[in-house]
Amino acid sequence: MAISITVNGRLHEVVADAETPLLYVLRNDAGCKGVRYGCGLGQCGTCTVIIDGKPVQSCDVPVSAVAGKAITTIEGIGSVDQPHPLQRAFVEEQAAQCGYCATGIIMSAKALLDVNQSPSDDELKQALSKNLCRCGTHQRIMRAIKRAAAEMRKF
Amino acid sequence: MADATAQRKLPGSLQTNRNLSQWLDINADGTVTMRPGKIEIGQGILTALRQIVAEELDVNLERVKIVTAVTALSPNEGVTSGSRSIEESGVAFRYAAAEARELLLARAGAKLGVSLEQLSVTDGVITSRSGGSVSYWEITDSELLQREATGEAAPKPYKMHKIVGTASPRVDIPRKVSGAPVYVHDMAPPGMLHARVSRPPSYSAELVSVDVDDVRGMPGVVAVVRDGRFMGVVAEREEQAIRAQRRLARNAQWREVPTLPECDPRYLLKCQAKSEVISEKNRDTPNGRELAGEYTRQFLAHASLAPSCAMAMFENGKYTVWTHSQGIYPLRAEMAPALGVPPEDIVIHHVEGAGCYGHNAADDVALEAALLARGAPGRPVRLQWMREEEFAWEPYSSAMVVKTRAMLSDDGHVTSWQMDVFSHGHSSRPGRGQGSNLLAAWYLEKPLQRAQTANPPLPGGGSHRNAIPIYEFPNQRITNHLIPDPPLRASALRGLGSQCNVFAIESFMDELALAAGVDPIEFRLRHLADPRGRAVIEKVAAIAKWKPNSKRSGDQGRGIGFARYKNGAGYMAMIADVELAGTVRVPRVWCAVDVGQAINTDGVINQIEGGIIQAVSFVLREEVKYDRERVTLRSWDDYPILSFAEVPEVLVSLINRPELPPVGAGEGTQGPVSAAVGNALFDASGVRLRDMPFTRERLVAAMTRE
Repeated sequence: MAISITVNGRLHEVVADAETPLLYVLRNDAGCKGVRYGCGLGQCGTCTVIIDGKPVQSCDVPVSAVAGKAITTIEGIGSVDQPHPLQRAFVEEQAAQCGYCATGIIMSAKALLDVNQSPSDDELKQALSKNLCRCGTHQRIMRAIKRAAAEMRKF
Repeated sequence: MADATAQRKLPGSLQTNRNLSQWLDINADGTVTMRPGKIEIGQGILTALRQIVAEELDVNLERVKIVTAVTALSPNEGVTSGSRSIEESGVAFRYAAAEARELLLARAGAKLGVSLEQLSVTDGVITSRSGGSVSYWEITDSELLQREATGEAAPKPYKMHKIVGTASPRVDIPRKVSGAPVYVHDMAPPGMLHARVSRPPSYSAELVSVDVDDVRGMPGVVAVVRDGRFMGVVAEREEQAIRAQRRLARNAQWREVPTLPECDPRYLLKCQAKSEVISEKNRDTPNGRELAGEYTRQFLAHASLAPSCAMAMFENGKYTVWTHSQGIYPLRAEMAPALGVPPEDIVIHHVEGAGCYGHNAADDVALEAALLARGAPGRPVRLQWMREEEFAWEPYSSAMVVKTRAMLSDDGHVTSWQMDVFSHGHSSRPGRGQGSNLLAAWYLEKPLQRAQTANPPLPGGGSHRNAIPIYEFPNQRITNHLIPDPPLRASALRGLGSQCNVFAIESFMDELALAAGVDPIEFRLRHLADPRGRAVIEKVAAIAKWKPNSKRSGDQGRGIGFARYKNGAGYMAMIADVELAGTVRVPRVWCAVDVGQAINTDGVINQIEGGIIQAVSFVLREEVKYDRERVTLRSWDDYPILSFAEVPEVLVSLINRPELPPVGAGEGTQGPVSAAVGNALFDASGVRLRDMPFTRERLVAAMTRE
């Protein structure tokens, strides 16, 4: 069936089965490769996107459920040349080893910072409770998010 | 050719890739091209190698372009593993770049008509003290590096280093955090198809029947490939491939066979082993009282965050493969017989994957993508394993049992030390055994023989890595009991056997210290002559403010662990804090580390921090579960790793020794951390846990027993 979804402000017409996980549509139809497959079970957070202001694990949502909603992916918040403060802070803190978890974590963090500009460590950990990192980069990631939060408070 | 030149011993990987042009190009457009055979797996190696090249050539970092490994072009550096990349690739680049600089200086001297002593280089511009200058880019040509390396160009003395030894930012992070398509998983060339594999329910399951034709007519399905028990689907869309794979799995009837032992590492003690004494000292007569211990760990999974992935294309009888394998040349050699073509008919490109920490399914999926690509000639086929496949089919790190026995004199010295290591081999990487190490090859209509799991030899060692204590014991006997044919696939995971061996040695050292009534740090120093080892122990004690002989209060404890990785690489000492709150928590770990010369100081620290956090996860949580037929891991629920709320704060102190050779940093953390946590847990609870992981159930059971 044909489904219309709005990704990073752009409308995409997709022909896919209604039950198709949003993840595959974002990666393969909308070209958002920064949304990553990790488990397909909503357990690891590598596929996190923001839908109507909330962090959502896109592997766990059928595409038909998001028609008409505003979907933001990592590609929608910044780029190498024009990074979002979170992306810039991840570079400044060298907060990646393999980096596979980073994009999902940045999206979870953005959803938090959008509603809470000065999160405590516990609030931050809570917001990242569905994001796994296997390389053990956690404390650099925490530092980077706090750095970005401070940067974003200036504006 | 056996002339004297050909046999000259060259530094690092230059020894096996002897032509300078294999490593470097000096380009007329003002850039330098470097071609490492080692690959990036999130450890920052490309950044460090680039620092070395820029340093020796005296050019700005930005000029140095990296070509990632490809079989058609790159030097063959075997496998990126064992924390050896700096020692092998780094040293090769250091000497190759130093020699390239000399060659350029010679040309410049001739052109400017001055002696070499007159010349200096700044960012590729060679200037003569008597006036005149010329740049690398003006005097280079394609002939310049077409020669065998001599290994005689002296690299810069460390005191002149401006780029090496600094915290140069990683080259790959900006693209990774931007969401750019950097992983093999993200490849999407025009016409690409998606594939999935339908697997048996367990290693030894026999196929009773399967209906393949039913799947061919499903939406989007381009091909259904079946070769013996290897079956897969290729489809236009990814979700169509997944749906077809699920139907195919339902259409297959299997008969399972109970081939697995009980889910307890002590099954190893009942197996036939090949036993070898690997260290023996008999200096005097042992005396004192005897203590003994037995330490175990279960199989561990790599649990890479991204299930393994590859893309392959089959065209005119030849294959092109894109893979995150750690060894593209060994993979090619191993794929060739499975595909029935000579290695020259396969071109393999390395493209990054997620962190793997050892040998996961990267190589397996590459062969499988190629097998499935046969079903759709001329089109690239991308195969990504599903999460449950990665958990159930990756090669794990072997379960282990280590038995210790020692005699402790009345004055608190170890007078004899005996250790027995029981384990399977620790490597089934491609090229490491007779037969095939690629999963799909065993299931083909004409299957290849499964290779015996190999065990890397000493001094690095596999199961016996770090089994020989570096303490000074007058009498010792270390025996390695190697058990062939692991019941689960077994291969390399960060640190190989060192995690359990160091856990055993360092736990037992604490038990002996307690029996002697001596502070654990004092007890270690009493038996340790190596000054670099003593230095990291003293350093970590200082930064953690270790108080000798102080029992921690309440439910809190503190412990130490120490090792020199592989007995010849980096020194690591750890102090861990433990809190008991229903479960075992590790709030903090301090580390002092000496890896000789640190090429990239922040890169070393990043690796150490990651290793520590991962090791805490190993020791608190991780074990591969299985029943008599199959591995039962399917999701992160079955293999929970530490979350953001559970990871420790980590404080790393780097003892940089720029005057000493650089050694790798990535793997040496696992053993010392495991031991430090065990020792801290004892300090907190009074209970000695000798079986990893330290789950709540184990702790409760042990406390009840006490």
